[in-house]
Amino acid sequence: MEDLRLFIVGAAGEGIQTIGEIVARAFLAHGYPVFASQEFESRIRGGHSSVRLRVADAPRNAPTETADVLLAVNSGALEHYRSALRDGGLAIGPEASSEGAGAIGVPFSDLAIAHGGAPIYANAVAAGALCAAVGLPLAVLERVLEETFASKGEEVVRPNLASAKAGFEVASSRLGGARAVEIPARSERYAFASAHETIPIAAAAAGCRFIAAYPMSPSTGIITAFAREKELGVFAEQAEDEIAAINMGLGASAAGARAMTATSGGGFGLMVEGISLAGMIETPIVIILAQRPGPATGLPTRTAQEDLLFALHAGHGEFPKVLLAPSDPQCAIATTIRAFDLADRYQIPAIVLTDQFLADSRFSLERLALSDTLPRANLADPDAIEAYARYRLTGDGVSPRLYFGQGERLVVLDSDEHTQNGHITEDLADVRPAMVEKRLEKVRRLAREMAGPISSEVEDAELVLIGWGSTKGSIDEAVAHLRADGRRVGALHFTELWPLPELAFPEDVRYWTVEGNATGQFARLLEAETGLRIEGRIGRYDGLPIDAETILEELR
Amino acid sequence: MSGLDAYRTDVENQWCPGCPNYGILTALMRALHSLELAPHEICLVSGIGQAAKLPHYLRANVFNGLHGRAIPAAIGIHVANPTLTTIVTSGDGDLYGEGGNHLLHAFRRNPDITVVVHNNQIYALTKGQAAPTTPRGERTRLQFDGVEVDPTRMLATAIVHDCSFVARGFAAEIDELSGILRRAIEHRGLSLVEVIQPCITWGNHSVDEYRERIEPAPANHDSTDRHRAIDFALRAPERLVTGVLYETPARPTFAASYRRLIGEGPLAELSPIGRETLERRLDEFTVAGAGPTREPKRKDT
Repeated sequence: MEDLRLFIVGAAGEGIQTIGEIVARAFLAHGYPVFASQEFESRIRGGHSSVRLRVADAPRNAPTETADVLLAVNSGALEHYRSALRDGGLAIGPEASSEGAGAIGVPFSDLAIAHGGAPIYANAVAAGALCAAVGLPLAVLERVLEETFASKGEEVVRPNLASAKAGFEVASSRLGGARAVEIPARSERYAFASAHETIPIAAAAAGCRFIAAYPMSPSTGIITAFAREKELGVFAEQAEDEIAAINMGLGASAAGARAMTATSGGGFGLMVEGISLAGMIETPIVIILAQRPGPATGLPTRTAQEDLLFALHAGHGEFPKVLLAPSDPQCAIATTIRAFDLADRYQIPAIVLTDQFLADSRFSLERLALSDTLPRANLADPDAIEAYARYRLTGDGVSPRLYFGQGERLVVLDSDEHTQNGHITEDLADVRPAMVEKRLEKVRRLAREMAGPISSEVEDAELVLIGWGSTKGSIDEAVAHLRADGRRVGALHFTELWPLPELAFPEDVRYWTVEGNATGQFARLLEAETGLRIEGRIGRYDGLPIDAETILEELR
Repeated sequence: MSGLDAYRTDVENQWCPGCPNYGILTALMRALHSLELAPHEICLVSGIGQAAKLPHYLRANVFNGLHGRAIPAAIGIHVANPTLTTIVTSGDGDLYGEGGNHLLHAFRRNPDITVVVHNNQIYALTKGQAAPTTPRGERTRLQFDGVEVDPTRMLATAIVHDCSFVARGFAAEIDELSGILRRAIEHRGLSLVEVIQPCITWGNHSVDEYRERIEPAPANHDSTDRHRAIDFALRAPERLVTGVLYETPARPTFAASYRRLIGEGPLAELSPIGRETLERRLDEFTVAGAGPTREPKRKDT
C-alpha cells in the first residue's frame, strides 16, 4: 500500500472521531501504520469537521489535503469536502441520492436502526462501509469493535457488530465490481500516539510533581492526563487564570517540586510577567506552549507556528530561557525530558512549543521510549554549606540551589534586583552589573550544549529547506518528492531553537524556510543570529498544518 | 525581647520612620516566637509594595514575587512543602487590587496558609494614589477631586465565601495583633488577617483618627456566627471592628485528598515514579498487527 488517504467528514457531535478511531485501530490491528489527524471548528455541535487517516506500508506521518476515499456522515459535509477527493476517488454518502460516478450511498442511520436497534450505531455502519471500500476484512473490524466496547457489555457489543456487518455488506454490494482488493494481514506493530499523550509521561519521567494550568485549546489535554492518571504522581490544579498557574508553578518549584504549566498563545500572554519572574528568581519551570492561530482568540481549534518570536521575547528585561519544539510524539518525549533537565540545571524557564496539529494528530512510530538518562535533581547539599547565599556568584552563572525547608539554611528569592543573599538592593555600581552578567552567562553556556538541526540529504543539495517543530513530516515528504523528480534538495530541521548553538551553513546553497506563519519568524531569527541569507520563505497561515503539497507548489 | 532576635535581619529598613508597618513586623515576630517556629520552618511570601518588603526584615525563607501574585505562589509553596508555615504579608493594593482574583479563589480552595493584609487605604510605594480600600471622597495624588468609587469590603466578601478564618487587627495595638496572628497561624486552613495600618506619609488621617474608628469585637462574640461576623465586617470603613470575626474549623483544606495519598512530606523527597511504570504506559500505545509473523520462531526439536 503506497499511500491510502481516508477522510471521514461530518458535523461536530456526529461521531466522526469514533469512526476514525475504530478504522485506525482496525488498520493497526491488521499490521499497518496509520497517521490520524483532525481539523474541526470551535463548537460542540454542527459545522464541518474531518478526521483524516493516512495508511501505507511504512509510516507516513504527515498531513494531507487529498482524499482517496471520502466518507461523509451528512450530505452537507459531502458537498463541503468533495473538492478534496482526488480524481477517481470514492465518495461514500448517507443517501441514495448521493450516488453517482465514483460515489455510493449507504443509509447509515436506517441500517443502524434496522440492525442495531438505534441510530447511535450509525458510526459502526459507517466504519463497516469504509472497511468494505478499502479492502479491510470485516473480521478485523469486528475484533476492534469487540475490544473497544467490551467494557460496556454484550448489549453494546452485539448491535455494534450487527451494524458494522450491515454497513460492510451494503457498501460491498453497492460497490460491486469496484470493490477493493482485500489487504493482506501483517504482524508489524506500531506505537500510535499524539505528542500531547506522550508529554505527560515524559514529564513524570523527568520528575515533574506539579502542574497548574487553565483550560485552553489545544493545551488542555496535558493537565487532563495528569488529573486522570494518578499513577504519574503529579499534583494537578486547575488555576483561576494563567497568571495564577505560572505563579503557583514557581512557588512549587521554589519549594522543591519540579513544576510545569501548559497553555496556548492567549494564556501564554498572561504568563509573560511570570516568565520574567522565573528568570529573575532563577527558579526552573517548564511551559508547554501549544500554538494556535492568533492574534487574540484567533482560530481556537486550528494550528499555527506563530508564537516563536513571542515566546523568544516573552518577559521584560534580559534573562536566559530555552525554547524547544518537538516534531513528533517520540521527539516530544525527548524534548520534554530535555526541557526539565535544562530548566533545572540552569534554573531557568524552558518553553516547549507544540501546536494543535501535534496535539491532536496520532502518529505511528516504530516505538516510544524514554531517554536513556533521566534528569536528576540538581540541588545543593544543605549540610555541606557554611553560609548559604541563594545567588552566590560562582563564575558560571549557576548558584547552588536549595528549596524552601531543605534543611536549616534560609532561601531568599526576590523579584527585585537582589544581593547574593537574595535581598532587595539598589547597589548600581557592583551588585546590579554582576547579577545581570551572572544571569546572561547562562545563555552563553547553554548555547554550547544546544543541539543543531537534524540534517537530511544535504550533502549534494543545492536547495535546503529549513523547518522547526511540527513541520518535519511534511518537509521530509516534500524532499522525497523533489528528489524523485531529480532535484537536489535537502532539509535542516530544528527542535532546539534557543539559544542557538554555533551554526555553519555551507555557501553556494540556497536556503528556504518552511513555517506555519506569515512572516517567516524562524527565518528572521536565523538571519539575525547567524547572518544566513534566506532566499525564500514558505509560510502557511490559514489555520491548517503545512502539507507536502503546500511546499511543492512553491518549489515546482 | 531577646527571643525576637532570631527573627531580625541586618537588611536596611526602607519604611518611613514611625510607620505602623513596624508594629506589624513586631507583632508577627512575637506570634512566631510564641509558636516556637524557627526561621527555617517559615516561608514568607509577598508581592510588591511597602508592605511586601516585610519579608526582607524578618529572618525566614522568602519568596518576594510579583505584584498581586503572592497568593498563587504561596499555594504552590504550600502544596510542594506543607511542613513549612507559609505566610503571605502584602498590602491591600497588592492583595485586594492587583491580585484580588487570587484571593477570591483562595477562599474556595482553603489552603493552610495565613494571609496578612497591611491595609493602609493608599498606594504608598507609588506615592499616594487610591487603593481599592480608599473611602469615597478621599482626595489623593491621582484622584484630585476625591475618589468617586466605593471601597471594597473584602472581609465581608471573605466571610460570604466561608473563608475559614477572618480577623482584623490594628497595627498600633501590637499585643492584640500578635495574639490574632498567633491564632491565624495555628488555624488549619486559610486565615485572612487585615491589619489597619495608617499611612503616615500619604494618608489623610492620623493614627489617632484611625484609633477612634477602631472598635474591638465584644469579648463574647461567637466567631462561628456568620451573620454577626458579616455585620461587623460591613461597618468598614467607618467603623473598624477588630478581633477574630469569623472561623469555620471544619472546612477541608486544599490538597488534603492528594496528601492522604502521598503523606505529608515535601514533594522533593518522594522517590521518582519508576521507569518501568512509565515505560509500561508508553507500551500501551503499541498496537500489533494480527497477521502471520514473517519469521516464525523455530521450534527446538
